[in-house]
Amino acid sequence: MTGTRALGLLVLAVLAVAPFIPMGVMREYTIHVLVQIFIWSFIGGAWSLMGRFGLTSLGHGAFLGLGAYTTTLLWNFFGLTPWLGAVVAVALTAVFAVIVAYPCSRFQVLGHYFALVTLAVGEVVRLLIIAERDWTGGSLGVTVKPAGGDSLLALQFADKRVFYYGALALWLVGLHVWWRVDRSMARSAMEAIGEDETAAASVGIHVTRFKVGITVLSAVLTAIGGVAYAQYISYVNPDTLAGIGVSLRIVFAVVLGGMYSMLGPSVGTALTIALSEYLRVLFGVKFIGMAETIYGLLLILFIIFLPAGIYGTVRQFLRRRRPAAVAA
Amino acid sequence: MIDPLFLAEAALNGLLLGGVLALLALGLNLIFGVIDIVWIAYVDLVMICMYAVYFIVQVYGWPIWVGGLASVALGAVLGLGVHLLIISPILTSAPVNQLLATGGLLFFLQSFATFLWTTDHRSVRLTLPRLELFDMPISVARLVAFTLSILVMLGLYLFLTRTYIGTAIRAVSQDREAMALMGANPQRVYLVTSAVGGAMAGVAAALLIIQYAVHPFFGAAFGPITFMICVLGGLGNMVGAFVASFIMSEVIAVSGVIWSTEMGYVIAFVVFIVMIFVRPGGILAKRG
Amino acid sequence: MLEITNVTAGYGAFTALWDVSLRVDAGEAVAVVGPNGAGKTTLMRVISGLIAPRAGALTFEGYPIGGRPAYEIVGRGIAHVPEGRRIFPGLSVADNLKMGAFLPAARRTFAESLTRVYALFPVLAERQKQRAGSLSGGEQQMLAIGRALMSGPRLILLDEPSMGLAPVMVLRLFDLIRRVRQEGYTILVVEQNVRQVLKLVDRAYLLEVGRVKMEGRAEALADQDFVRKAYVGL
Repeated sequence: MTGTRALGLLVLAVLAVAPFIPMGVMREYTIHVLVQIFIWSFIGGAWSLMGRFGLTSLGHGAFLGLGAYTTTLLWNFFGLTPWLGAVVAVALTAVFAVIVAYPCSRFQVLGHYFALVTLAVGEVVRLLIIAERDWTGGSLGVTVKPAGGDSLLALQFADKRVFYYGALALWLVGLHVWWRVDRSMARSAMEAIGEDETAAASVGIHVTRFKVGITVLSAVLTAIGGVAYAQYISYVNPDTLAGIGVSLRIVFAVVLGGMYSMLGPSVGTALTIALSEYLRVLFGVKFIGMAETIYGLLLILFIIFLPAGIYGTVRQFLRRRRPAAVAA
Repeated sequence: MIDPLFLAEAALNGLLLGGVLALLALGLNLIFGVIDIVWIAYVDLVMICMYAVYFIVQVYGWPIWVGGLASVALGAVLGLGVHLLIISPILTSAPVNQLLATGGLLFFLQSFATFLWTTDHRSVRLTLPRLELFDMPISVARLVAFTLSILVMLGLYLFLTRTYIGTAIRAVSQDREAMALMGANPQRVYLVTSAVGGAMAGVAAALLIIQYAVHPFFGAAFGPITFMICVLGGLGNMVGAFVASFIMSEVIAVSGVIWSTEMGYVIAFVVFIVMIFVRPGGILAKRG
Repeated sequence: MLEITNVTAGYGAFTALWDVSLRVDAGEAVAVVGPNGAGKTTLMRVISGLIAPRAGALTFEGYPIGGRPAYEIVGRGIAHVPEGRRIFPGLSVADNLKMGAFLPAARRTFAESLTRVYALFPVLAERQKQRAGSLSGGEQQMLAIGRALMSGPRLILLDEPSMGLAPVMVLRLFDLIRRVRQEGYTILVVEQNVRQVLKLVDRAYLLEVGRVKMEGRAEALADQDFVRKAYVGL
């Protein structure tokens, strides 16, 4: 068994029993933070499926919002179990993703254009939610109607530890999906497309199909992440789940962690959430906004000084220590 | 049925709004056309300048034109600062990193403003006469803002076509390397461009603060609209941005009156997305 | 005037030039020929400062220019007419020439340089106000050369000036380059049109796969097999 694999299993083991490690008062808080890390890492991983191939989306908040609001509203108004609600959310998001991705791909909307188009999409969803305040609750958000006690059908549990294991499972599923994509034909195709679309097309790669496909996958997973978040927090709000703010945070976490590796998004998410929690606790209620200010400042500094992300930088560092046996 | 007078008034307001939006779009486009980087935090720079005008005029009592000039100067300085501190280091980075750098600036500016001035809305109260045109009330503030923005844009046009450095800026946006071969230090051209772009943000700020209240998340309201206008007109295309500004502002104003203000924005965005697919290079696509 | 010693350069992981040395004396006209992908354009870009060399030295009139930025090298007296002309399509002919004189020293002699350029290329004077992008290929090439002259250089680098031009235009162009040379400019030209360019220059180098394979006086090389070889390489 290799060193890394042993380490990985150890980490998993620790994570598996974490909710039962006696921590006293800190336990609830730790579990809360860990659940958020799992869910947002899952979402970050979903984003990186597009990001690693050059499809930089600044509008993933749209998919988050679609997922979260669909299940919440269907449950609140029609009593539809979030399990089925999630299916509806997935279908809706998939259709939405196709509508956005197909023309972008056909008409070669790339790079900055693509980023700004997705930004618009994210904002449309946020504004739509606010505009239709009669049934979406507008900027005040919507609370998930309590099912009264634990309910698997309603996906609501009093004990955070259930959510913990659910989120852990979700995170692992996300890693698995990443791993599958990484080993698939799609990955080579997308990398070829990323290098040179025309060349890829001329070799017979169905560019549009791949681009739309990866976008739909990314969108759907993000929507599922949104559903998970909504169920856990029991409250949805257009600013936390749609719009440019959340979209940027996702991208930041992934890029800082490392966009091209399986654990990069998770590392980045863990660090950014840990950082923001630390700052929040540090400043508390005094100096409102200072925590965020420092957060923003640190993000800028990270991007400037660690362009390859943490994972990438560490890898570069390790590579330099091992002399490369590459022929000139 | 909506009273045609309301529609006409909305259309007029849209026109007046379009003038200022065009300023924002042109400033952003200028920078993108030359440096090839989108300043996601551009409208947040406007927000900072708006606060400056607010403090100078409303709190300290200086006349509005002093506030305006200060805003322009501040804008230029901010533009230079952004380029030197944030853009220069990442000029050769991957596009996603570049977007994140200015995105980080957006977070920073919005939260810093919240920290310094809270989320209260601040406005500059000017006593201006009320005008009426065919029974339609016109905000003089809007009219003045529109006129000034047209004048500034005219000034920009003259700057870009009649001055040496202005022509050099246009040249760099057409072929950066070739301009380096002419003996132009690209960094200097970028700095001038950033200063001009920042100054335009300053002008827009002065014109906006007399119409709208400022708060730390002002950029969240006007930013996306500005980006949409730029992309709609074709990123880097000045004339396209000018035209697109008025198209968008009209859509927003008229839909805002027919439905709600937010729906106005939603429809504008939808129009944008549709237009992108109909004319992906922007409505006035430069080349084939 | 220009001394290039053991220069190695490339892009990223790819090396385009290996240990290249060449020399251009004041008043000379020198050609660099070779098949596609030989590294000729890379060589031009290293001289003008668009690329930094990985190894080796470049000096111009005694000053080291290796690795210096392009705008500085123009200031030293080298003008580069790039491959594909690279005129500013959205600017007028006159504005393009104005941009050529961006350097402060060039701006001081602007009127003089402009007169000279219009004398050499009367068609540019005719089309002063026309959008450069709407000019024909030959006219754009003349504009590109004229623009280079505006910076007051002593050495002019010409990268594939005949590319994309009709044969008649090519002959006219080489005549014009001859006249430019007669005005006192030193010329280093990269060309695929080997036969024509050898009639124009004093000496030539043959570049193949990033190395100098042959060099010598133009008349001597014109008789060589490599002229035929280079043609086949086209």
